[in-house]
Amino acid sequence: MQNQYREITFNLNGKDVTRVVDCRASLTDMLRNDFRMTSVKKGCEVGECGACNVLIDGECFNSCIYLAVWARGKKVRTLESLLGPNGELSDIQQAFIDETAVQCGFCTPGFIMTAVEILESGKEYSDAELRKLLSGHLCRCTGYENIFRAVKKTMYKRLGKPWTEEA
Amino acid sequence: MANVGKSVPRVDAFDKVTGRAKYTDDICDKSALILRVVRSTIAHGYVRSVDTEEALKVPGVVAVYTPDDVPDICFPTAGHPWSTDPSHQDTADRKLLNAHVRYYGDDVAVVVAEDEVAAAQAARLVKVEYEELPFVLDPIEAMQEGAPQIQENTPGNVLKHTQIRNGNYEEARKEPGLICIDKWYTSQTVQHCHIENFIAYAYEEQGKIVVVSSTQIPHIVRRTVGQALGIPWGNVRIVKPYIGGGFGNKQDTLYEPLIAWVSMQLGGRLVKLDIPREDTFVSNRVRHAIKFHIISYVRPDGTYVARKVELFSNQGAYASHGHSIVAKAMGCFPQMYPCPNVEGDAYTVYTNMSAAGAMRGYGIPQAMFAYESHTDDVCKALNIDPEEFRRKNLMPVGYTDGFSKNVNYFDSYNQCMDKAMEYMDYRTKFEAYKNQTGPIRKGIGLSCFWYNTAVWPISLEHSSCRMVLNQDGSVQLQVGETEIGQGADTAYAQMAADVIGLADYTDVHVVSNQDTDVTPFGLGAYASRQTYVCGFSITKTGNILRDKILAAANELTRMPVSNLDIIDSNIVRISDGKILMTLADLATERLYSLSASEHITAEATYQIKSNAYSFGCCIAEVEVNIPMCRCEVKKIINVHDCGSLINPALATAQVHGGMSMGIGFGLSEELKFDPKTGKPLNNNLLDYKLSTIMDHPHLEAQFVENPEPTNPFGTKALGEPPATPVAPAIRNAILNATGVEVDSLPLNPHILFKRFTEEGLIKDPWREEN
Amino acid sequence: MYDIKELYEAFTVEEAIALRLAHPEAQIIAGGSDVLVQMREGKRAGKELISIYLVDEMRGVSIDEEENIRIGSLTSFSHITKDPIIQKYINVLGEAVDLVGGPQIRNIGTIGGNTCNGVTSADSASTLHAWEAVVELTGPEGVRRVPIKEFYIKAGTVDIRPGEIQTAILIPKASYENTFGFYHKYAMRNAMDIATTGCSVNVRLSEDKKTFERVRIAYGVAGPVPMRAPSAEAAANGKPVSEETMEAFGRAVLEDINPRTSWRAAKEFRQHIAYEMAKECLKESVIRAGGTL
Repeated sequence: MQNQYREITFNLNGKDVTRVVDCRASLTDMLRNDFRMTSVKKGCEVGECGACNVLIDGECFNSCIYLAVWARGKKVRTLESLLGPNGELSDIQQAFIDETAVQCGFCTPGFIMTAVEILESGKEYSDAELRKLLSGHLCRCTGYENIFRAVKKTMYKRLGKPWTEEA
Repeated sequence: MANVGKSVPRVDAFDKVTGRAKYTDDICDKSALILRVVRSTIAHGYVRSVDTEEALKVPGVVAVYTPDDVPDICFPTAGHPWSTDPSHQDTADRKLLNAHVRYYGDDVAVVVAEDEVAAAQAARLVKVEYEELPFVLDPIEAMQEGAPQIQENTPGNVLKHTQIRNGNYEEARKEPGLICIDKWYTSQTVQHCHIENFIAYAYEEQGKIVVVSSTQIPHIVRRTVGQALGIPWGNVRIVKPYIGGGFGNKQDTLYEPLIAWVSMQLGGRLVKLDIPREDTFVSNRVRHAIKFHIISYVRPDGTYVARKVELFSNQGAYASHGHSIVAKAMGCFPQMYPCPNVEGDAYTVYTNMSAAGAMRGYGIPQAMFAYESHTDDVCKALNIDPEEFRRKNLMPVGYTDGFSKNVNYFDSYNQCMDKAMEYMDYRTKFEAYKNQTGPIRKGIGLSCFWYNTAVWPISLEHSSCRMVLNQDGSVQLQVGETEIGQGADTAYAQMAADVIGLADYTDVHVVSNQDTDVTPFGLGAYASRQTYVCGFSITKTGNILRDKILAAANELTRMPVSNLDIIDSNIVRISDGKILMTLADLATERLYSLSASEHITAEATYQIKSNAYSFGCCIAEVEVNIPMCRCEVKKIINVHDCGSLINPALATAQVHGGMSMGIGFGLSEELKFDPKTGKPLNNNLLDYKLSTIMDHPHLEAQFVENPEPTNPFGTKALGEPPATPVAPAIRNAILNATGVEVDSLPLNPHILFKRFTEEGLIKDPWREEN
Repeated sequence: MYDIKELYEAFTVEEAIALRLAHPEAQIIAGGSDVLVQMREGKRAGKELISIYLVDEMRGVSIDEEENIRIGSLTSFSHITKDPIIQKYINVLGEAVDLVGGPQIRNIGTIGGNTCNGVTSADSASTLHAWEAVVELTGPEGVRRVPIKEFYIKAGTVDIRPGEIQTAILIPKASYENTFGFYHKYAMRNAMDIATTGCSVNVRLSEDKKTFERVRIAYGVAGPVPMRAPSAEAAANGKPVSEETMEAFGRAVLEDINPRTSWRAAKEFRQHIAYEMAKECLKESVIRAGGTL
């Protein structure tokens, strides 16, 4: 390959970074190998399971089918960005703990990042809309039940509204 | 009991919600060489030659190994306890790489390269010449004379056949006036679909081979790696980090022996195999597809007089867990609905398909589909209410199984059904949904389930535990029963805290990762046994630790042990309740004592010679769109009596996951193989229809808590049972809605179209004209 | 890590065309949700790629001077669904692409990629056929417009000539004006699935809502490429809005489509579903057009 490596600059979790990356690398490869972002999981590598989900310019993407070089100039956010300056958990992480939404934990980071996009929209979604927004992630442990509750509860908390169980 | 019974947060939750929990790939050094397995592109045949020349030319390729290179040793893979009795040992029927390939996707060669691209390129360039043989995918066909023989040592392809002969079926069925219900039920091949694929890496250290693996059973894998490589078991060290789900697939030796062997060929270099999802589907393990033939002779009042069941279990190409699964499926047949005259025949049959192994429920999801569908079919034939029939005929209180000595201590079936029916408003709906017309109909269906806990008396059942007291009064805890996502570590911490007398479960530091060089011997995670068996070993070990602590307290406080207790991490004088010292003070004083220094630890093995029934039910309400051939679950509940709950929130979460897996098994999941070639057709997460969050409704989980008398914490199986009753409940709901019996899984639009057409519910005008 | 032989990156349409001419063997990659998956499978492994994903001028929805709705080829599915022009004039397209995969796929997947791969199951394709979309291709000779029906040559092959890239999809005013449609994706799951069959219908009703002035219907996965059903359209055009017309419309579909039996579904099943979907989509379209059925 003539020009296998490219230098790219992008913003990772709020910080501008420059790296020389292999242009064959997926964003998953780069985040895991070059930045040790262990929250970015590999479950299928073809965009079907959602375990590698990250936010790019505020929208969720499966980083496994996103070329690393495409990150240039973009704002990339991973689960690692959510902890507060003193190690405080974000509300959605705490909700995943409180609602027992975590089991094996392998789908958890991807789900939480989609939840972040949902919550940051500031909108109130119906149950059906929420399910649709979360539908890009596969989980084999939880039946999605408590994940759904964690996201819904946090949404209402942020909206300052009382929480109601799904009908 | 301050900690047990509370819904405390998981001990690993923080690490998992921050992405810090380390799974196998997260801790593998990036210098690892990458392995890629070259797989057979035929379903059955002999490898005649493997040409590696082109593959070896790929820059970065280190080696290619073929069947000629590997040890001539057949080894077993099942995650069973070993047996020193040869007749009870697992079948050893595969080598590291196989010149006799037995399914499409079998392991033919392995490429080692410096990176994954080179490995993939080289794998594509390995040229394999085959001598093709006829193949067979169906177990009943494989039993016929002249069928292709799959394993050299098993002519006729029947790995094992076992029987039940209770009473006299042939005589009893002659009773006049009996109604005979004779039907077949078929379950499909499905896969576990844990989100983390199998992955492992290996290297040598201090003359030993170390394998870090995403496994449920590290101590068993140590033995099988030793067996497969012909090396002393002590020369093998297996480390198990956090794993991204297992569900039984990782209750098997997968590629650990191959990875270990490759590392040893390369002077102990670090090598990693990360199985792609497509291979996980085909070349790990699958759930046994089982065909059931059930004949019931029933009196018009709904009394079973004579019953017969035949089970044909599709083992695939290699034995793995083999006959154990269908044996369990058959074993519950005479127990669930006791009947004096029962004949049973179970066959485990090799075919040229992916090897079937353990999967959540271990034969019982298949069995419940057949048995509980049959229950409703019997009721339909007799015009008896299915609820009434179950209440009359299900295993009664006081029933004792002759083999396992399990006793049905409680009225769990009725209590669970009562609870489920109240939530669903079952009776009103069941009546209302009979005799509907129109294209869209509702239905409600019931299924109970039978389950038992752990593997005694079929296999060894034990647990070993180690506890180490720290200076601050906290305790490290190690067991060999693994955390695989189910929450076992948290339950262990809760139980240990209460046994020892610690203030909080967070005072117990569960060493989550097993390392066979360090962790006490334990068999791993399977058979819904972890909480049950560790309840014994934690109690035994905790009491030893308490005795040591109280002996030290006696020396430090001069109070007799009989007047001392450990309450909330304090040494307390029983007579007046006075706190004499904290456990932390005691631990520190004792460890650094210049007169009587002691590192207070305890370790014990408990052999469990009991087993426990774990019963419950599912009710599902569905909407069936006949013209669109769709069944949608609208409301569903599982109710379980798994004894006393250690952690209600975690227990509820377990039930959700099992219900979801049950819905997938019932409605949509099926791993398909091309009948013409044996090639897998949908081995990816797009074409294999695992439920998404949009594919089922709210999952309701409830419990009946009858404390299990055999267990120190009153607990019993919960991990697997939730997956078992769901498919038949949905199936029976479709029956309620439409009157149509659908007897093969999954209940997807394809089968509904076929059945609705056969039953005249769908009449395509252009087809009638033909 | 993908087995990519070379990666050429374009940031403008001009650069993309130049790269296409310089590397005629190279595969174009837009969002990559198909190309990268195939590359990993080995099908396109070792190929050269021309990445056009960062050609931002090919994003967005607008109304051009001819009053066509112009959808830049790199517009993602999620952006199409959220776009006010789409919602106002051809909401059914936004709904159709909102059924692709899941949210992440709808963020990376582009309408250009969805049509250029020539796949019959693409959720956008049947609606684009039913609305007689026009494909805009830009090459060294300038811009070329091709009706979508002609753009699809055969399964997996579309009419893109050397040096060209697809730059936009156009919906002519005559097509979208006073027209209402409905898309049904028939799949085995409610998310993360490809269509077993997809049906898109749109109608223009007479002023009194009693007569079908124009009915168009197209399918995905009823043949090797997305297809219209002309017999069905003829059975409804100019006919009264009635149950009888709906039944005749559904029945006529069978004359047009030619589904095959595969492991994914049997021919008889696909026919049955196509018939049911035609009726359902027609009914829903009528309701959306303000009629009753």
